[in-house]
Amino acid sequence: MKRSHLIPAISFDQVSKTYAGAKGLLRALDEVSFDIEPGEFFGLLGPNGAGKTSLISILAGLSRASSGQARVLGHDVVADYAVARRALGIVPQELVFDPFFSVIETLRIQSGYFGVKNNGAWIDELLSELGLADKAGTNMRQLSGGMKRRVLLAQALVHKPPVIVLDEPTAGVDVELRQTLWRFVSRLNRQGHTVLLTTHYLEEAEALCGRIGMLKAGRLVALDRTEALLAGRASTMLRFKTDQALPEALAEQARVTGRIVQLKARDAAEVETLLSTLRASGVQIEDLAIGRADLEDVFLEIMQGESA
Amino acid sequence: MSPPGRPKGEFRSAQHEGAPMSPPGRPKGEFRSAQHEGAPMSPLSGPAAANRSIDAAVPATEAQALQEIPVSLAASSHLLQGAGTLFRKEILRFWKVAFQTVAAPVLTAMMYLLIFGHVLEDHVQVYPGVRYTSFLIPGLVMMSVLQNAFANSSSSLIQSKITGNLVFLLVSPLSHWAWLVAYVAASMVRGLAVGAGVMLVTVWFAPPSLAEPWWILIFAALGAAMMGTLGLIAGLWAEKFDQLAAFQNFVIMPMTFLSGVFYSVHSLPALWQTVSHLNPFFYMIDGFRRGFFGVSDVSPWLSLAVVGCSFVAVAAIAMHLLRTGYKLRY
Repeated sequence: MKRSHLIPAISFDQVSKTYAGAKGLLRALDEVSFDIEPGEFFGLLGPNGAGKTSLISILAGLSRASSGQARVLGHDVVADYAVARRALGIVPQELVFDPFFSVIETLRIQSGYFGVKNNGAWIDELLSELGLADKAGTNMRQLSGGMKRRVLLAQALVHKPPVIVLDEPTAGVDVELRQTLWRFVSRLNRQGHTVLLTTHYLEEAEALCGRIGMLKAGRLVALDRTEALLAGRASTMLRFKTDQALPEALAEQARVTGRIVQLKARDAAEVETLLSTLRASGVQIEDLAIGRADLEDVFLEIMQGESA
Repeated sequence: MSPPGRPKGEFRSAQHEGAPMSPPGRPKGEFRSAQHEGAPMSPLSGPAAANRSIDAAVPATEAQALQEIPVSLAASSHLLQGAGTLFRKEILRFWKVAFQTVAAPVLTAMMYLLIFGHVLEDHVQVYPGVRYTSFLIPGLVMMSVLQNAFANSSSSLIQSKITGNLVFLLVSPLSHWAWLVAYVAASMVRGLAVGAGVMLVTVWFAPPSLAEPWWILIFAALGAAMMGTLGLIAGLWAEKFDQLAAFQNFVIMPMTFLSGVFYSVHSLPALWQTVSHLNPFFYMIDGFRRGFFGVSDVSPWLSLAVVGCSFVAVAAIAMHLLRTGYKLRY
């Protein structure tokens, strides 16, 4: 889906980041390069410590790359930071707020930082869309966690940025807020806004993202359209319950969650082979099901398969 | 072992990851045209349409509002407005807790005046014909201006750093100039507001004489600006309240008290007179007091030069720290 004639909405070019830690230098990002095209809904996945937040921090100007360049709509985030940041709306991972101000004051202040005048109508719309209209005059301290999360989203969108970055926006939020948030963000995406999402909830990424990149130990280990990622890996999963130990040959490749065992297979013949092995080993199984692999399966396969 | 899969809709607790000038302007509408090229706004075409979505229906009328992405890159007006917003926010911040930030320092200064004035009124005469209480008032006013200007920028920054809400400012397009001007100007407002309050309540104790009032205005403004800038540096440097308190108690407070607030440095032994002359705070208070009585320990022009140069030096340091993102952008 690469369109070289376009200016990418987001571009990472050989971005590396090294932190000085207590145990010496820690390489959080290792020459990460990829582009996100305008209008894409892009998912950036990876386990904790993979470098997702480091990459986003560099994009937002919260952190400086040790080497390489990040650009927003072609503007370097260091040399051309004012334009780059004006094009970017960031929803931070942490639930932070200024306890001195009310919701409406918080949004007006954020709008003012970006030099957006007469923004009352858009602020009112944001409050309404995010279910905050009746909380406009409430001090931020008095809001619930979910409400604070909504304000964070409103703050990120208050200057109508063409590029939106959501850093684990649904971590610890309830179903209603998650639905509200995804409805709103999906609509923004369909209206042309580029969205970069990091999340640990892979079914959300699978449902929302047209393209996905995966980071592991600071390196980009996968980058493809969601469908291609799903199609290119083991496409069938054998799921069953058992109380018995699996034969050694299968134990190594199985995902075991309590009594539930999942085994991947490329095709029907391999499913048959797996079942034969189980029968031969005398393993009693219940609730057998065969289904398609989901993004979580692909994610685990990639993370287990790629060396750091 | 693999983690268990999460059924859709299940509530889960937060999972956090471990770590944490303008080039040639672009014409208006460039962001939009890039988007039109790459991502047609119709929900049925372009890369966006290829994404699988939870919500299928988009009210057409709402799409228009979102297309009005602000793309004007008239950087200077944006930056001015951004700096103005940060200035107003800083004013609003201390005004919301005015009892603590304005009324309390005024009361403290009044206590100093009551106690020191009462005890020393009949024992000390610093300038001929000037009562000790009258001598003390300008020093107390200036001390209040300086301490509160410092407290405003330093406490605002450290609070924002520790609570994490500084991120909202860090992701904004505000330049380091805008940060400096806004924080220092707001600190000046608070320092001068407290100074005016102290002046007002002390009128009852000793009507002020205003021999050369322009010096009062010049040194009050310059002193507040310098301390606001110093507060900005301290706020950037400190990583916890303890460090800021140390800066305040072991640097600012001694320099203020040893600057001649309560006495004339001419009453000190020669060695301490020399030491006092190395303290820029002495020149701020001496020059400020000159405006009230028309007499001072040193020439007000010398004081102006010292305070002016000190301000330029601390402003240069603050600018360097902001430009390099010292303890802000890692």
